[in-house]
This record gives sequence, C-alpha cells and structure tokens, in this order.
Amino acid sequence: MTLLASLELFDIIFYFFAFVTIVSAAVVVFSRNIVHSAFSLMFTFFGVAALYVMLNADFIAVTQVLVYVGGILVLLLFGVMLTTKVISVEMKTGTLQTLPASILVAVLAGTLCGIFWITDWLTPVARNAELPATTSSGIGRALMTTYLLPFEVASVVLLVAMLGAAMIARRERKR
Amino acid sequence: MIPLDYYLVLSAFMFCVGVLGVVVRRNAIIVFMSIELMLNSVNLSLIAFSSFLGDPTGQMLVFFVMTVAAAEAAVGLAIIIALFRNKQTVNIDEINILKW
Repeated sequence: MTLLASLELFDIIFYFFAFVTIVSAAVVVFSRNIVHSAFSLMFTFFGVAALYVMLNADFIAVTQVLVYVGGILVLLLFGVMLTTKVISVEMKTGTLQTLPASILVAVLAGTLCGIFWITDWLTPVARNAELPATTSSGIGRALMTTYLLPFEVASVVLLVAMLGAAMIARRERKR
Repeated sequence: MIPLDYYLVLSAFMFCVGVLGVVVRRNAIIVFMSIELMLNSVNLSLIAFSSFLGDPTGQMLVFFVMTVAAAEAAVGLAIIIALFRNKQTVNIDEINILKW
C-alpha cells in the first residue's frame, strides 16, 4: 500500500514538473515582454533539473542549475539589458508568419510524438538496473579515463569561446 | 513508474516550442532562448535514455553538450551585442546585409 502511494506521489511530481516546464517554455516563446521571457526560462531550467533528479542524474541536475541558471541565464539577462532600451517600448517585439509556422511545428510535433509512441522502448522493469544511487564518482572516473580526450578538448573549446566572446564584444579600437 | 515514452514526448514538446520560437519570434535574444530550450529538451531525452538503460554514458554526453552550450551562449551573445552596437537593433528582419 505504501509502495503504491509512493509510486503515485512520484507520478504526481513528474506531472507537476512536466507542466511547469512546458508552461514556462511556452511563456518564454509567447511573452511580449523579453524580461518575462528571461525569468520564465529560469523556471524551465529548474523544471528540467528536477526531472534530471527524478531520472537518477543528480550530478547533471546540479550542473544544470550551476551552468544554465547561474551562468547562461545571467548572461542572457546581461544581453537583454545591453541590447534593449529598458525605458522605451523597444522590449516588446512582435511575431510574424504565425500560421505557417504553427502548421510546420504541429507537423514536427506529430512526427516526433508518433515515432516515440510507436517505437518499442525498454520495459520499465529494466529501469535503474545498473545505475548506482549517486553518479558523481562514476562520472568523475569516466572523465579521467574513458573520456579524458573529450574532456581536455572541451576545456580548449571553453577557452577559445571565452577569448572569442571577449574579442567580438569589445569595442573596436582605433589604430 | 513513469515510462520512457512520457519523458520523450515531454522533450519532443519542449523541442517543438523551441522550434516555434526560432521560426516565429523576430528578437534575436528570444531566438537565442529558444535555442537553449531545444538544447535542454535534447539533454532531457539523453538523460532519460541513460537512466532507463542503466548506462551513465548518456550523462557524459549531456555534460559535453552543456559545455558546448555554454560556449555557444557566450559567443552568440557577444555577436548579438556587436550587432546591436553596429545596427542599433536586435530585430533579425533588419539584420539582412548578407541577403541580396
């Protein structure tokens, strides 16, 4: 009985976070005010992080909060503040070609969901068969052994991106 | 227990909302946020596969996708700021000097 209740609780939590994620994603896209979009994006990121926790990916969930909410979202807000005139009505931006775009996206959504429903995925019995309770140590060991080269390449990518962003965003200097 | 399909359909919906944002909105920063949405939805499906297979390789993939997404965010916002400095707009309909 308690197992059944806990399973139901798990389902309710999943539906709650799925709802939060989808609704805030829709607000990001359809909001007229760009600041509302940016703040709504935060709820999307937190919802996805919660879903990661439910999928036994604790390390990735923490990384999601650190990188997306702590880094990318702040960067986006800086972009909003630097490129819009906050006082004027420039922040309100319109949409166009809504009907053809909606048809295109509806076809895309139908195709994706159809494929996902038709395909025979794994049965939930095999779920979490080998994943340990915490994944951090496994990820750390894999990063230092199997994925050492991608790890180092990723650090070079980040360095180059940092230098490139600083170069592009800097004011042109008169020679 | 939530089956794998539910996570995949959720990520498909998130991806489609992101596509809709890229196609419909004209503000470069909103387009940028929509790209982040799409990256997140793909990450979610990767994590779901990883969890249901009991294989942490998917989590490693997500780790590297996040790295590239961070680099993309930094460079993309730098490009948007440089564009705004030169053209005083972030409306992507007015940024068309490569069209003829």
